[in-house]
Amino acid sequence: MMEVLPRRPAPIALPIGSDADLARVRQHVRLVATELGFGLVQQTKLVTAASELARNTLVHGGGGQAEITPLEEGHRTGLRLSFVDQGPGIRDVALAMTDGYSTGGGLGLGLSGAERLVHEFAIETGPGRGTTVTAVAWVTGVPAPRSGAGPRRPGAR
Amino acid sequence: MTVPSPGPPSPVPVLALGDILLVTLPGELHDATAEQLQQDITERIARSGATGVVIDISGVDIVDSYLGRVLAEIARTAALLAARTVLAGMRPAVAITLVELGLTLTGLTTALDVDRAMRLLSDPVVERPEAVDRTEGSP
Ligand SMILES: Nc1ncnc2c1ncn2[C@@H]1O[C@H](COP(=O)(O)OP(=O)(O)OP(=O)(O)O)[C@@H](O)[C@H]1O
Ligand SMILES: [Mg+2]
Repeated sequence: MMEVLPRRPAPIALPIGSDADLARVRQHVRLVATELGFGLVQQTKLVTAASELARNTLVHGGGGQAEITPLEEGHRTGLRLSFVDQGPGIRDVALAMTDGYSTGGGLGLGLSGAERLVHEFAIETGPGRGTTVTAVAWVTGVPAPRSGAGPRRPGAR
Repeated sequence: MTVPSPGPPSPVPVLALGDILLVTLPGELHDATAEQLQQDITERIARSGATGVVIDISGVDIVDSYLGRVLAEIARTAALLAARTVLAGMRPAVAITLVELGLTLTGLTTALDVDRAMRLLSDPVVERPEAVDRTEGSP
């Protein structure tokens, strides 16, 4: 009998240099998230976070690239998205992460909002050092019923 | 694995239905296309005297802060030209994501679908800045 191994999408790096590239990054994140088994709401959150962070790379970082990496750790499956640029960097990360803070006339929701849409979030940056923003989300199952919420019905759909 | 290229952005068509402009957004919208649309809608309102704009976003997979801002600006500009804007058909996953992102889109009127949006706009309505009351028809 042949063992069926789950096919895992390969890591990929995509350039970010134009708004067409932003669209390509969104499409690719959607594709990979679907293949990894993320549900619709999680997919939507991931693609939205990717769109925010990739646009920051383009607008504030002067362009760069997106690294899309499927993760497998024990029994859990996840997706890591890194957005890398060699731009001016962020002087005050805490300030940049504040809702409503923007140096570019934006709504200032990109960074802080993206953090809320994923499970893990990290920024490596400094003046003149460029910026790398990394976001990780894990596939979450259907929440388990709380104890006392009634018996499980194995046949139920 | 390769992703098909999104191709060159084509403009979004603006249809006129009586006094109302209907715009159906495609699933994937480039920034430049969104900005062009803002200009197109504004010019159409000024030219035609349309009193309402329905933006159908039922096909839109994600609304990020950029698209959200463009939509809010379209509504504000339309209001200055005496037209009301209704955002129709937001997907539930998009609504959930927008709330978590923190994008409130205050001032934007919404409806569950294009039909309801059209009916809403044909009502002679006093200023109602908040989202559409969805309890109509209940006792
Ligand atoms: N890659 C980057 N390189 C340099 N600065 C950045 C980068 N990403 C974010 N920033 C800084 O952090 C600030 C906040 O970013 P955030 O995405 O939250 O808001 P914004 O891009 O200004 O507006 P928007 O709400 O439209 O995203 C930016 O205004 C910018 O100063
Ligand atoms: Mg931003």
